[in-house]
Amino acid sequence: MLSRVANTLYWMVRYVERADNLARLIDVNEQLLLDWERLDSERLRDFWMPIVWSAGDDALYSELYGSGHSADVIRFLTDDRRNPNSIVSCLIQARENARTVRDQLSDELWEELNSIYLFLNSSNAEKMLRDDPPRFYGTIRRSVFTFQGIAAATIDRGMGWDFMDLGRHLERADKTTRFLDISTFLPPSAPTLMHWNAIVRSCGAMGVYRSLHAGNVEPRKVVELLIFSRTFPRSVRYCMTRVEHCLHSISGTLMGDYSDNAERATGQIMGQLNYGVVEEFLNAGLHEALDGLQTQFNLIGESVFESYVLMPHVIDTSLPSNHSAATMRAWKYQQEQEQQ
Amino acid sequence: MNTLFNGYTPWSGYDEMFAPDGAVRPCCEPLHQVFEGLTQKEFEERKAASDMYFLRQGITFNVYHDEKGTERIFPFDPVPRVLTAAEWEHLEAGLTQRIIALNLFLHDIYHDQHILNDGTIPRMYVDEAKNFREAFCGVDVPKDIYIHICGSDLVRGGDGNFYVLEDNGRCPSGASYLLENRNALKRAFPALFETSDVRPLDAYPRELLNMLRFISPVREGEPVCVLLTPGCHNSAYFEHCYLAREMGIPIVEGRDLVVVDQFVFMRTTKGLQRVDVIYRRIDDDFIDPVVFRKDSMLGVPGLMSAYRAGNVALANAVGTGVADDKVMYTFVPKMIEYYLGQDPILPNVETYLASEEKDLSYILDHLPELVVKAANESGGYGMLMGPSATKKQIEEFRAKLIEDPRNYIAQPVVSLSQSPTWTGDEMSGRHVDLRPYIIYGEDVKIVPGGLTRVALTKGSLVVNSSQGGGSKDTWVLRS
Repeated sequence: MLSRVANTLYWMVRYVERADNLARLIDVNEQLLLDWERLDSERLRDFWMPIVWSAGDDALYSELYGSGHSADVIRFLTDDRRNPNSIVSCLIQARENARTVRDQLSDELWEELNSIYLFLNSSNAEKMLRDDPPRFYGTIRRSVFTFQGIAAATIDRGMGWDFMDLGRHLERADKTTRFLDISTFLPPSAPTLMHWNAIVRSCGAMGVYRSLHAGNVEPRKVVELLIFSRTFPRSVRYCMTRVEHCLHSISGTLMGDYSDNAERATGQIMGQLNYGVVEEFLNAGLHEALDGLQTQFNLIGESVFESYVLMPHVIDTSLPSNHSAATMRAWKYQQEQEQQ
Repeated sequence: MNTLFNGYTPWSGYDEMFAPDGAVRPCCEPLHQVFEGLTQKEFEERKAASDMYFLRQGITFNVYHDEKGTERIFPFDPVPRVLTAAEWEHLEAGLTQRIIALNLFLHDIYHDQHILNDGTIPRMYVDEAKNFREAFCGVDVPKDIYIHICGSDLVRGGDGNFYVLEDNGRCPSGASYLLENRNALKRAFPALFETSDVRPLDAYPRELLNMLRFISPVREGEPVCVLLTPGCHNSAYFEHCYLAREMGIPIVEGRDLVVVDQFVFMRTTKGLQRVDVIYRRIDDDFIDPVVFRKDSMLGVPGLMSAYRAGNVALANAVGTGVADDKVMYTFVPKMIEYYLGQDPILPNVETYLASEEKDLSYILDHLPELVVKAANESGGYGMLMGPSATKKQIEEFRAKLIEDPRNYIAQPVVSLSQSPTWTGDEMSGRHVDLRPYIIYGEDVKIVPGGLTRVALTKGSLVVNSSQGGGSKDTWVLRS
């Protein structure tokens, strides 16, 4: 498989997954804030900004909006195309990625991604977001589910799938840690119970949680479920098991051994999660522990890129990356050459 | 009953569906009947379904110099354009003759240059041609084929005869539309195909791949063929993906390829893999920054060295642009006589070369009646339509012609044939042309028909997609 294609499939799925996670998070947050006492815009914002902080996009936010209102934060996260991590931007990028590897995708998979793209560019989408936000977020989530379903039903389980599955689970693991990390940034006055409820709901884990634990949602048990569960599909451990499987399937290296830093870092995390306990994990503080995982996830992503796309051990020329806006414009302009 | 063709007035020129007396041409009778059996509402619903098909499939093109970067569908008109078996046989023979002559010409001017040495074609026309690649003189190309894929633009004049308007021998595009138009029409109007005996088109990707394999420099095993695209911002990117997928070959960008020791490889997740044949949809100018444009970010450094060494085949070959410029076009009938000793089967449109003094003064005196074209532009850019031009535009072209005569040609306005086309509320005649795709590999293969492009603006003769053109399905009847 072409390295660029592998890289593109990986990112296509990561962007879809990112959009989905954000859509859940916003939807759940909006629902819960409705239950809470009436808050003025200023205080409401305090409940939205943590999402921006946990995603690490706060610098861009302040540049675009200053402090802003809660509505600004929601816009920033949902359909602001200037924010590369907004839901709409993610889906546009996913579709753009899909477009460049169109030959690798089933028609149905492409059509689904193209349909949500066409929807987001329509006046219908703007109206729906204004008048009926739950329906808007619901539409996006439903489309992502359809995308995942079509992918599962139509994509050959070869290397392309491994790169897609790798992207999906790495992104999902990362997002789960970021959801958990939101508590770090909440205002002290925030009602803890409501917040942890929101996290569990954002991960679609309320049903599972209830089947395991009666009574109120407790932070420790939530962390246990979302980090350590062997079976819950959004837990970090479950996701990393998939990541490990994909990496080894791609490289052909035996489990327990490693051929690059991605496999090594994944193995280390697996050791920690398979044999660790939640108390140990929380020893240094939740935020620090989550931060540690995120650093490892980044390292895995970079190492995959280096092993399969850059391939410094095979060739010494590197792909164009981190181009300036001017170079990108020139690149695009050159592509616009005549086809007779 | 009010039917779709009620009120349709056949044109005084050549109408593709109606004879001058208003009767439906026999070849169009079955399809005419199917359309007449539909109410306007039914017709519109089906047309909407075909538009939706294109949009959902992402069969769109980017309009350049459009700030918003919008993607548009290439408008599709559901009324097919029909060619009889006899008409097609004639076109096929003429196009085959033409591509063979063009290839003999290219071989000649990149080797011994007989046709220039004996003055049949004045040398300066080749020496000064923008797309003549002198550096490739003396280089042999695989199987001695230069133009492997040619898209020749044909028009039918008022006399009912076909004329060649130009040959596109560098990177002709549009073949995917030819195939997808058929798919869309079959889905939206299946009944049309039940009453007419239309020849299928599905051989195109197969023939294309056969040709690519045929020119491979590697004998043993299955050659590795790839399609080289400028990238996803190219207007024809959809087509590149489509053809690559239909052929089952990888679509690559320049950055996916690397040249090591004069061999071409692609970067894969399992390391480097040798590439034998490149169907390139990227201009000579951009293909290798070592040899051509140094600033190219799309090319493959060293590709030309591998090509010269005979380690990789390119379709089309480098330097074919010299044969398809609009000046060289005027010499194609001469080439056919010179190399094949035959009379041209398909005539050219009468053409005046601004570089010939006599022609230039004629052109300057008759600008309001002529079409003036820049020799090396396509897509309907750099063109003057005399009859519809403003005084200012005419004067602008007059200045250009005097300043750079080598770069211009002029032709009388050909009254292109018309075909009934849905305008949104009625059937009305619109001008059409025809672009068949000729593949030259082991044999010359032409899929029956071609892309019929239609000028959607009433009276307009410009059919290019970038200038508001659309397209139709083209039928070649079996008998």
